[in-house]
Amino acid sequence: MAEVFFFIAAIGAVAGAIGTVTLRNPFYSVLALVFHLLSLAALFLLLRAEFVAASQVIVYAGAVMVLYVFVVAYIGGGDQPLAGPVGPGLKAASALFAGVLFVELAIAVLGSGLQAIDSDGAPYAAGFGTPGEIGAMFLTKFLVAFEVASLLLLVAAVGAVILARRRSGLEIPGEISVADVMRGDRGVLGDAPAETMIEAGGPAGR
Amino acid sequence: MAISWYLVVSALIFCMGAAGVLVRRNPLVILLCLELMLNAANLALVGFSRMHGNHDGQVFALIVMVVAACEVAVGLGLIVAIHRRRLPIDVDELRELQG
Repeated sequence: MAEVFFFIAAIGAVAGAIGTVTLRNPFYSVLALVFHLLSLAALFLLLRAEFVAASQVIVYAGAVMVLYVFVVAYIGGGDQPLAGPVGPGLKAASALFAGVLFVELAIAVLGSGLQAIDSDGAPYAAGFGTPGEIGAMFLTKFLVAFEVASLLLLVAAVGAVILARRRSGLEIPGEISVADVMRGDRGVLGDAPAETMIEAGGPAGR
Repeated sequence: MAISWYLVVSALIFCMGAAGVLVRRNPLVILLCLELMLNAANLALVGFSRMHGNHDGQVFALIVMVVAACEVAVGLGLIVAIHRRRLPIDVDELRELQG
């Protein structure tokens, strides 16, 4: 029975990947990626990784993809040609590169000499992959990685707000020079009369 | 199912993502293809975690998810900033940093 579920999920994942790469409308690409992520969560469940599967569905297929959908709606991607003016040559070269890469990866994986690679994996122990076990790992063995990940999320959130905030940019590109900023003649980041936190981060005169 | 099946599926998805990064010109779709590659790596990590019967690979996969979320946030912020400046949303046109 596991074989049937594996092939259904694997075909779904590969079909979602093909759709993501080949569909012309970015909105449909996002939907294909959501399908791919859901199929991949099923594969994770088959590998007894319950918590990873749940967080895949909630975090990826839920939150991150909603962000994508909003940005696609904002940008209004529209239909775009698959390959640029460089023509089919680059496309063929890319497909060839991907095929060669797949052959190489398959040889590397199947010829790795790992003895357990053709087995069904280690014997299943009760509690494998449950949130409790993962949480215990995060708070003991991987505590530093956990804290660094939280710091990275904070930095990324602040960076995204700074990057995407409303502004018109510099009036004349090249007007501000590093030397001026170093001398202090020109306003540096953060000196604007700020009403909100978002506005406080940018140069004056917007 | 043997673990090697999962690894082959992972390699296939990774190659599709790599081809997509090379072929597509819309940065949004390039980010989507990067997600494909990261997810293929996640599948391999979880497969190895199952093979060895310990949780290290699953923890690694969760950290990869965190990094992917950060990358998406910053990448989409960049794309929105490009759009606000009326620049074309096309990686072939955005070549100011080219030497």
